[in-house]
Amino acid sequence: MHLEATRLRFKTRTFTALVVLSNVCGNFSLSWGLRQDGRLLSLSPWPYIQALFNPWVALGASLLIVWLLSHMAMLSWADLSYVLPVTSIAYVMTALAGRLFLREEISRWRWTGIGMIVLGVCLVARTAPHSSIDPPGEIR
Amino acid sequence: MKWLLVAIIVAATTIGELLQAVAMKRHGEIHDFRPGAIRRLLAILARNKFIVAAVAAMAVSFFAFMALLSVSDLSFAVPATAATYVIETILAKFLLKEHVGMCRWAGASLVAGGVALLAL
Repeated sequence: MHLEATRLRFKTRTFTALVVLSNVCGNFSLSWGLRQDGRLLSLSPWPYIQALFNPWVALGASLLIVWLLSHMAMLSWADLSYVLPVTSIAYVMTALAGRLFLREEISRWRWTGIGMIVLGVCLVARTAPHSSIDPPGEIR
Repeated sequence: MKWLLVAIIVAATTIGELLQAVAMKRHGEIHDFRPGAIRRLLAILARNKFIVAAVAAMAVSFFAFMALLSVSDLSFAVPATAATYVIETILAKFLLKEHVGMCRWAGASLVAGGVALLAL
């Protein structure tokens, strides 16, 4: 049982990293590409398909497909109420990437928000990844 | 316009992730990550009604997100979707019957609050 728990934790951590990295890099690349192309507000699908020919937008979309698949895989053994908060560390990394590469300002409020997210992620990461099969309260 | 897009993103993401969770829970834990096994898995998932609906919902959310990014900053677009955390945790408890203890409620609320603060 102990070995099983260690294996599951390792697998969960690995996939958390994959989900987070593909999400952060995907959003960043998408945002970078869309900044070059200008406004995109239309009910017709063509402007969106056209935007996909921008290499940054294409890279971003591919990374978001990796994100979707790894997120789905993780949901096969971990609870939604575990996966969601834990992978939200991506927001912190997005904010930091915005500061480092896009030179966006991080105000005192934003730093507070970053702190709250980190705290929330730590709280949820301490719980067992899946609960629906185990009796409530079991610690793995 | 910005907030209409945010509402579309929140609704589509919630529906998409909930359907993904239902389908993957039914499928059971994935053990085999060799390329052949992944290909077979994708073929099975592509025929799963829940997954098809989930991918459609995520696609709506993705294009609405692209539209939002083109009219606002990344640092507005991403945090504006904070509401999904609380809504999805509530639905995970009542629809998916997950055991959501104090730690998870506190965690999800802190994350939602933190994400909302990022928008300031």
